[in-house]
Amino acid sequence: METTLPTAELPERHYLNQGQGIASWLLTKDHKRIAIMYLLGVTFFFLLGGIMAMLIRLELLTPQGDLLEPDTYNRVFTMHGVFMVFFVLLPVVPAILGNFLIPIMIGAKDLAFPKINLLSWYLYMIGGGLTMYAMVRGGVDTGWTFYTPFSSTYSNTHVMATAIGVFINGFSGILTGVNFIVTIHRMRAPGLTWFRLPLFVWGHYATSLIQVLGTPVVAIAIALVGLERLFHLGIFDASRGGDPVLFQHLFWFYSHPAVYIMVLPPMGVISELVAAFSRKPVFGYRIVAYSSIGIAVLGFLVWGHHMFVSGQSVYASVVFSVLTMLVAIPSAIKVFNWSSTLYRGSVSYETPMLYALAFLGLFLIGGLTGVMLATLGFDVYVHDTYFVVAHFHYVMVGGAIVSFLGGLHYWWPKMFGRMYPVFWSKLSALLVFVGFNLTFFPQFIVGYLGMPRRYWQYPAEFQVWNVLSTAGASVLAIGFLLPGCYLLWSLKYGKVAGPNPWGALGLEWTIPSPPPTENFDGVPVVKGEPYDYQTGEEIFGILGKEAHVV
Amino acid sequence: MSVHVSPLRVYVGVFLALMVLTAITVGVAFVDLGPLNNVVALGIAVTKATLVVLFFMHVAHSSRLIKLSVVSSIFWLFLLFVFILADDLTRGLLGVAGK
Repeated sequence: METTLPTAELPERHYLNQGQGIASWLLTKDHKRIAIMYLLGVTFFFLLGGIMAMLIRLELLTPQGDLLEPDTYNRVFTMHGVFMVFFVLLPVVPAILGNFLIPIMIGAKDLAFPKINLLSWYLYMIGGGLTMYAMVRGGVDTGWTFYTPFSSTYSNTHVMATAIGVFINGFSGILTGVNFIVTIHRMRAPGLTWFRLPLFVWGHYATSLIQVLGTPVVAIAIALVGLERLFHLGIFDASRGGDPVLFQHLFWFYSHPAVYIMVLPPMGVISELVAAFSRKPVFGYRIVAYSSIGIAVLGFLVWGHHMFVSGQSVYASVVFSVLTMLVAIPSAIKVFNWSSTLYRGSVSYETPMLYALAFLGLFLIGGLTGVMLATLGFDVYVHDTYFVVAHFHYVMVGGAIVSFLGGLHYWWPKMFGRMYPVFWSKLSALLVFVGFNLTFFPQFIVGYLGMPRRYWQYPAEFQVWNVLSTAGASVLAIGFLLPGCYLLWSLKYGKVAGPNPWGALGLEWTIPSPPPTENFDGVPVVKGEPYDYQTGEEIFGILGKEAHVV
Repeated sequence: MSVHVSPLRVYVGVFLALMVLTAITVGVAFVDLGPLNNVVALGIAVTKATLVVLFFMHVAHSSRLIKLSVVSSIFWLFLLFVFILADDLTRGLLGVAGK
C-alpha cells in the first residue's frame, strides 16, 4: 500500500490557519481545534502521571524502601492513579479522536453544541488544575479510589482539592457525552443510517451513554465524602449508623463502567484500523455494533466484583460474579470478529495496524485475566495483589493507550496533513509492545506469588520480578517518548499526506488534510455500506452533485 | 416543535405543594413511626421530586423521547438501588466461619 502521495500539496485554507493567535484557539468553537487542545492537555497529564509511574518503579527496584518515604510513596501512587484515570484514560480517545472525527464521520460541520464542547475543555483543564494544586500542596494518599472511612475521616492530605478537581472534571465528561449523543442522533448526513455508521461512532455512542448515566453517581459519592469531611455527617461512618461499604457501591457504580468508557472508543478505533489494513468490511458489523451497547449495559451491573472482600454479602457477590463473566461475551465477540476480519484479508503492517495487532494481544490477556478475577475464590486469593494491577493495566493501557496511539498514527495525516517517518514509528510500536509486556507480565507472576499492591517495600524473593518490571517500564517510557519527538518533527518536515494516504474508506478520507473549518463543501450523502473495500464502489457524494441517494 | 407554556397558577400551586410537603417532612421527623420512618420520608421526597420533574422541568408536556430519557434514567437509578439492597439486605444471612 502506498503511504504517501508525493505530488500532494497542503490545502491553502484549513482549520489550523483559519484564525491566528492564542485567542483564536482559546475561544474556538471548532471541534477539531478543541480536539487539538485536548491532545495538549492529555499529553501534559500523561507526562505527569508517567513521571509518577517511573518513581514507583524506581522505588520498587530494590526490596527496601530507599528512594521515597512511605508516606510520599502513598502520595505518588495515588497521584499516578488520579491523573492517569481521570485526566488521561477517560478523555484520551473520546475527547481527542472522538471530538475530531465524529462530526466528520457523520458528515456534519461540527458537534451539536460547539460552545458546550469548549466548556467541556475548560472544565477538564480547571479540574486538572485543581488536582495539580493538590499535588503541589503535598498530594493525597487515599489511592485513586478514595475509599472511606480513610478518605472521609482519617487522611490528613489534600483530599478535598483533589476530589473537587475530579468532580469538576466529571462534568466535562457528562457534557461531552451529551454532545456526542445529540450529534449522532440528529446530525447524520442523508443516507447515513444507524447501521451505516462507522463502528468508531458506535463505540462513542455507547461510551456517551455510560458517561451521562454513570458520572453523576460518582460525583455525588465524591461530594458526600467532602460533606462527611466538612460536617461529619456519618454517611460512611459505621459508628454513627453509616456504612463505609456504601461508598464503594456508589464509587464503583461509575468507576467500573468507566473502564468501558476507556475501552469502548478504543474498540471503535480498532474496528476502523482492522478494516482499513485488511481491506475488508468488519466481519459481523451489526453484532460488533450491538456488542458495544451490550458491553455498556452489562458493564453497569458488575461493579460488585471490586468488593468481594469488602464485607459485601456473599449472595450479592455471587450475582456480581456471574454478571461479570457475562460481560466477557460481547467483549469476546469483538475480538473474534476482528480476528475473522483479518482472515483472508489483504493485511498490511503499517504503523497503525501494528498498534491494532498489539491491542488484540494485550486486550486478550487483560480480558481473560478479568474472567479469572471474576471467579470468587480466585479473586479472594489475589485481591489487592500485583495480579490485579497487571490485569487492569493490560485492559486500560493495553486497551486505551495502545489503541489511541494506533488511532493517532492513523488519523495524524488527516489532523495535520503530514506523514511521520515510518521506521521510527514502527520502532516505537515495537518498543511499546515489548516494554509493556516486560513491565506488566512479571506483575501477574509476582502478584500470584503474593506481593500486595500499594506497599513501598517487599520481601527480597520478589526482587527479580520487580527488576524486570522496572526495566520494562524504561523501555515503555522510550516507546512513549519517541512518538512525541517524531510527530512534532513531522508537523514541519513530514511528507505531505494528501487527503487519503491509506486508501481508506470513510467520510473523513474524502476531504482535504487538514480539513477546512467547515469540514465539507456541501452536504455529503452516503449511498452504501461502511467498509465496502471489496466492491470498491464510491459510496459517498455531495448533495446536489449526486442524483441517487439510497 | 411547539413549546407548552403552563399558566402561572400551576407553578404557584406546585411551589406551595413543595412547601407543604417540606413542612410535613420536618414535622414527621419529630414523630417516631418505627419502621415507617424511612418509608414516609422517602415517599414525600419522591413525590416532591416527581412534581419538580413534571412541572418545573416541563417533562409533563414534553415529547415522548424526553419522557423515555427520564424513565430510563430512573430505571438506572433503580438498578443502583436494587443491587445495593441485594448486598445490604442479605449481609449476615450466611454465618461467618469461626464465629
